[in-house]
Amino acid sequence: MAARDLPAADLLPLVSALNADYARAIDDDRLEAWPGFFAEPCVYKITSADNHRRGFEAGVVYADSQGMLSDRVAALRRANVYERQAYRHLVGLPAILGEVDGAVRAETPFLVVRIMRDGTMDLFATGRYLDLLVDHGGALRFRERIVVCDSSRFDTLLAIPL
Amino acid sequence: MTTPAAPRAWPVETLARVPYWVYQDEANYRAELRRIFEGPVWNYVCLESDVARAGDYRTTFVGEMPVIIVRGEDGALHAFENRCAHRGALIALDDAGTAKRFQCVYHAWTYDLEGNLVGVAFEKGSHGQGGMPASFCKAEHGPRKLRTASLCGLVFASLSPDTPPLEAYLGEEVRRRVARVLRKPVRVLGRFVQRLPNNWKLYVENVKDTYHASLLHTFFTTFRVTRLTQGGGVVVSPDGGHHASATLDRRDDSEGAAYREQGLRADQDGFGLADPSLLDTVDEFGDGIKLQILTVFPNFVLQQIGNCLAVRQVLPKGAGAMELAWTYFGFADDTPAMHRRRLKQANLVGPAGYVSMEDGCVGGFVQRGAAAAADELSVVNMGGEGAESQETRATEASVRGFWKAYRRHMGY
Ligand code: FES
Ligand SMILES: [Fe+2]
Repeated sequence: MAARDLPAADLLPLVSALNADYARAIDDDRLEAWPGFFAEPCVYKITSADNHRRGFEAGVVYADSQGMLSDRVAALRRANVYERQAYRHLVGLPAILGEVDGAVRAETPFLVVRIMRDGTMDLFATGRYLDLLVDHGGALRFRERIVVCDSSRFDTLLAIPL
Repeated sequence: MTTPAAPRAWPVETLARVPYWVYQDEANYRAELRRIFEGPVWNYVCLESDVARAGDYRTTFVGEMPVIIVRGEDGALHAFENRCAHRGALIALDDAGTAKRFQCVYHAWTYDLEGNLVGVAFEKGSHGQGGMPASFCKAEHGPRKLRTASLCGLVFASLSPDTPPLEAYLGEEVRRRVARVLRKPVRVLGRFVQRLPNNWKLYVENVKDTYHASLLHTFFTTFRVTRLTQGGGVVVSPDGGHHASATLDRRDDSEGAAYREQGLRADQDGFGLADPSLLDTVDEFGDGIKLQILTVFPNFVLQQIGNCLAVRQVLPKGAGAMELAWTYFGFADDTPAMHRRRLKQANLVGPAGYVSMEDGCVGGFVQRGAAAAADELSVVNMGGEGAESQETRATEASVRGFWKAYRRHMGY
């Protein structure tokens, strides 16, 4: 039975579990697993509420294939320079918002604390995930994940994905 | 307006040395706001398209001075301090909007689109009591006005009557390179702000520093987007303050050799992209210039990295912090394919940019590294001691140009 045919009450634990696995992969520095949470093709974008509301399409991160996601990870591992840091995601309960083009639409609030190597902990980002979820190889995956940060201002840099 | 005396003595004559106190000293920072940002310079404030129709306005800053830029009924651009003439409250509270006039929320004094005080609530009092003295003349009160000038869709503002006309201020070479990119109406694609933990000058120097680009930003070199060994050069305006650097699209197999010889981290051949569509660049300007980075003293950057176009506004926020306001744009007549290309290439820049994320932290590394070194000197010697244009990017000529202009403005 396809995910979109399940009632919202049955979807809630599935989407919650996917979000939990997604957050753990990032926070545990298993970034190589991150592209696998997406279907192919997919869209992943980090933007802000203001840009989203105004219809400005550019994001600070924009990927439309799993390849672009794994390139992001490869660049972070091999090319980009940034001070050692980690995230702690706190992901809220998803709201299941129905179906769009055969995908389940969900919206989930998040909060991310950034922990720097010197011990500084900052509230780095809050926002909501606007997701389209599909069955992909027998598992629930993101066909689209738009990360809408509440603020358009980022401190220093954004290396690790949200 | 009196300008405060320079708070310290500059320690050396040469442009090739810079004392670290210049990034730390609070009195120096306050002097910069007065002598530079509020002085005879053109500050970038917004795009013309941000204030396209009568009444459209944007709020921003000139140094730390809050300002409003607005399109008047006459179609002209006006700029004035975002400070109520009564008790000093902000007049406009939004980033942007459309207004017929501005009204301060505190006691409802009103201003027209040119920043003239036109209304004082209860000016004549109430029931014959109170009110302003008969001698109070509204025309004598108002926020400070700024001059505006625009070029190729960019709007600049200046508080000083002594600032030369914008085109003369830029010089012909830099003006031409602005026009090269901004040759038709733009369409904004996104706006983000990056808070940087460093003095504003460390970022401006970084942008002008053609030497670091392919050494710090290894994404470029790894994917062979640019190397110092590629063709290109840097143009520095005669006064030193503005610059434009260019990288020509010229590849040959020997380009990695110079990096291998130096044992540089930036040489990592054989690292390919899983999805190379990111680097699918087209020569939209038809001149083979793959990258152009341009600065206008003191606060403006225009960037063309492949097909990724953006303007960046430098906003000082105290001696040890700043904000960088990014506006990504394309052109109003972009094809869907070009639009999509720009969205993809936006990954290269901004807070998460493959080739700019390092610039977000490296200024902080200097701010922290030099924390105890106020009277020590940094070395800016690549390519000699001068600030003239050079046909190489292995030079710090445009950084020295910045110090030439800076010291002149500051009286150092
Ligand atoms: S402060 Fe603006 S009206 Fe009083
Ligand atoms: Fe840089």
